[in-house]
Amino acid sequence: MSKNIDSIINKFTNSNRDNLIPILQEIQNTFGYLSEDAIISVGKHFDLPTSKIYGIATFYDQFVFKPKGKYHILLCNGTSCHTSGSKKNLTEIEKILKIKDGETTSDGIFSLQTVDCIGACALAPVISVNGKFYSKVDLIEIKKIIKFYQSLEK
Amino acid sequence: MQSNNKNKRELLINHVLLNTAKNIDSNIEESIKFYKREKVKEPTIYIGAGTCGLVAGAKDTIKAVENYIAERKIDAELILVGCLGICSYEPLLDVQLPGKTRISFKQITSEKVNTVLDAIFSNIIVDDYALGQFKNNELESWKNIPFIEDLDFFAMQERIVLKNCGKINRLSINEYIANDGYKSFIKTIRYYTSKEICNIIKKSGLRGRGGGGFPTGKKWEIAYNTPSEQRYLICNADESDPGAFMDRAIIEGNPHKLIEGIAIAAYSIGATKAYIYIRTEYSLAVKCLENAIEQAKEYGIIGHNIFESGFNLDIVISKGAGAFVCGEETALINSIEGKRGIPRQKPPYPAVSGLFGKPTVVNNVETLANVPDIIDKGANWYNSIGTKTSKGTKVFAVTGKIAITGLVEVPMGTSVNDIIFKISGGIRHNNKFKAVQIGGPTGGFITKEDIDIPIDYEALKEVGAIMGSGGMFVMDDETCIVDVVKFFMNFVKNESCGKCIPCREGTKQMYQIFENITKKPSNESQHSSLERFKGITELESLAKVIIETSLCGLGQTAPNVVLNTLKYFREEYEEHIFDRKCRAGVCTELQTFFIDVDKCTGCTMCAKKCPVDAIIGSNNNPHFIIQDKCIGCGNCFDACKFGAVIIK
Repeated sequence: MSKNIDSIINKFTNSNRDNLIPILQEIQNTFGYLSEDAIISVGKHFDLPTSKIYGIATFYDQFVFKPKGKYHILLCNGTSCHTSGSKKNLTEIEKILKIKDGETTSDGIFSLQTVDCIGACALAPVISVNGKFYSKVDLIEIKKIIKFYQSLEK
Repeated sequence: MQSNNKNKRELLINHVLLNTAKNIDSNIEESIKFYKREKVKEPTIYIGAGTCGLVAGAKDTIKAVENYIAERKIDAELILVGCLGICSYEPLLDVQLPGKTRISFKQITSEKVNTVLDAIFSNIIVDDYALGQFKNNELESWKNIPFIEDLDFFAMQERIVLKNCGKINRLSINEYIANDGYKSFIKTIRYYTSKEICNIIKKSGLRGRGGGGFPTGKKWEIAYNTPSEQRYLICNADESDPGAFMDRAIIEGNPHKLIEGIAIAAYSIGATKAYIYIRTEYSLAVKCLENAIEQAKEYGIIGHNIFESGFNLDIVISKGAGAFVCGEETALINSIEGKRGIPRQKPPYPAVSGLFGKPTVVNNVETLANVPDIIDKGANWYNSIGTKTSKGTKVFAVTGKIAITGLVEVPMGTSVNDIIFKISGGIRHNNKFKAVQIGGPTGGFITKEDIDIPIDYEALKEVGAIMGSGGMFVMDDETCIVDVVKFFMNFVKNESCGKCIPCREGTKQMYQIFENITKKPSNESQHSSLERFKGITELESLAKVIIETSLCGLGQTAPNVVLNTLKYFREEYEEHIFDRKCRAGVCTELQTFFIDVDKCTGCTMCAKKCPVDAIIGSNNNPHFIIQDKCIGCGNCFDACKFGAVIIK
């Protein structure tokens, strides 16, 4: 794995500071998260302390430090979704999967993340599972969707 | 095939763009007509596949159409277009038969595809699904079908920025050029100096559409007049206001328009490198932009010594990593430099010392998308649209409890009332209008009293709202103001970068106060009541401190919503604090639940669902809720099939 991290880093030939975020993004795209090893290697590449890299990575919402689940649930909590009941949906998902926002289930199947707005306000509330969108979802729909993905794993 | 492509490219560059050919033969004219889609040889099907379309199910629609064409062996062309702006009716499916006008169908999910296509190929229109047809004098129009341009939603709009969004093939530079694209850029590099372009934009009265409203021409001039060997242009596409999606729609619908605007702006300030800072979540928009940049390079529109003018330009996409504060220009610059996105002290302004310490102009997508039309039609034309201080048009993303959610582009000076009730069809389900919030999470609320004010930077400021990026969030009487403000405070609290303590800690305190006034008290002991009364006594002073002592626009405007709603909706706050009531029924913790003895059948469903065992009762006998134990979660209300649980 550390070899792969190096190959990503080496793709960016110069160590100008403006390549830092693109490198972190590419590592996350490849592995799904930023591991401790990755942050240390990136620090070495830029000749910056690991704490600094970690500080930058934690500033941005995009970066996660734990592997995502096999099915990554994005729940939109924009203004329109909020007023159409996205909060209830969130509690329902949290209740069914027994995880909180930003966590992954212990078997690594599901992870849950809220986002501010995906811009599909006409169809609020919206959730997406691995990029597939579900619009105008209510509590019954939520149960169905999760059951569907659970059944795929059996 | 390759030589064919090369021929097309040369034809479009030489005959349309550069217009050097003395006589245009009929062959070329045919070609242009084809790219303008005025004349199609085979049936053409267009599907709205912007993000909003995809969420509504356009992916399945596309598959269904592909299957339909393949199964019946029909020679038809399928084109994916961006968002037309009428998001409530997605997925949109348009059909253009040879010789006939293009007709648009609404809400065509995959199961409706066969019905609609079967009918239209037999020259019949399914009336229930038809939205309208596009006006075109050269083509035969369908009978008894309204023109899209005459629909209420479009009739009052004036589309400059969104003109071809949802109409043209977003992946085709040829179509953009055939529709007079890149003409302004060629005009710019051929006939004008940088200074002249600055002057034209200054004269046009164009102001920044990202929120601040700083005169664009002036910004360019400052950067141009700052001596430096390198200058940068940054296009801010980090649209992160919840409920605003016009920038994405422009990029997904007509990406070349943005590239043209960027090219003109870069020429005008003497920048040879431009960055587009875009949210990484906008994956489709990023793809459209990458494709557009690639094509523009291939056509020699960006690159080295563009059309022998001596002007060089390189455009780079920089993907943001998800931080609201990076919409602020100095924070955005820090982010591109690979640092934490924290705003810098101003002055020096970016136009003097910005990216890597060089003069940098940061412009919003919508601002830049206005530029090609201004160069094409002149400063006077643009200056004639709008009000005294605000010129041109503005795009609003109208969302919330509105009949038609979508993008609306209106001339400045149009009243808020017209946008909501005339264009967007009024409040959903004929509910009563309560308020509209303009300008994203930090904008102010406008109530019924002020609804006739015109859209104008200064007029909006007067009533406590801001233009912002153009989010327009409509609320009806089922929306709780306190809950909405709490939502915004939560957002701002999470997005505060942490540099200024008043913003970092103050917004957290404010959110805590909102938590307290919407929380069910475990008991009415002195402490919890005291916490609640803080709501009224401390919110205002806290808000003022945050506004006065924050560095950037985020902190300076964040408390706006609180001050604004305290002014217009004080009653509702007081109800929450003193009467412990939420009139809209949104703050569920403040609700008290009762069981109607006559309706209850004793099925025990509610008792089973109650997480705190607050419901007692035996089988087949009416149940009872112990109020002291109830946490107000509402599970019993959802569980009861007989409507026996009543909310008071």
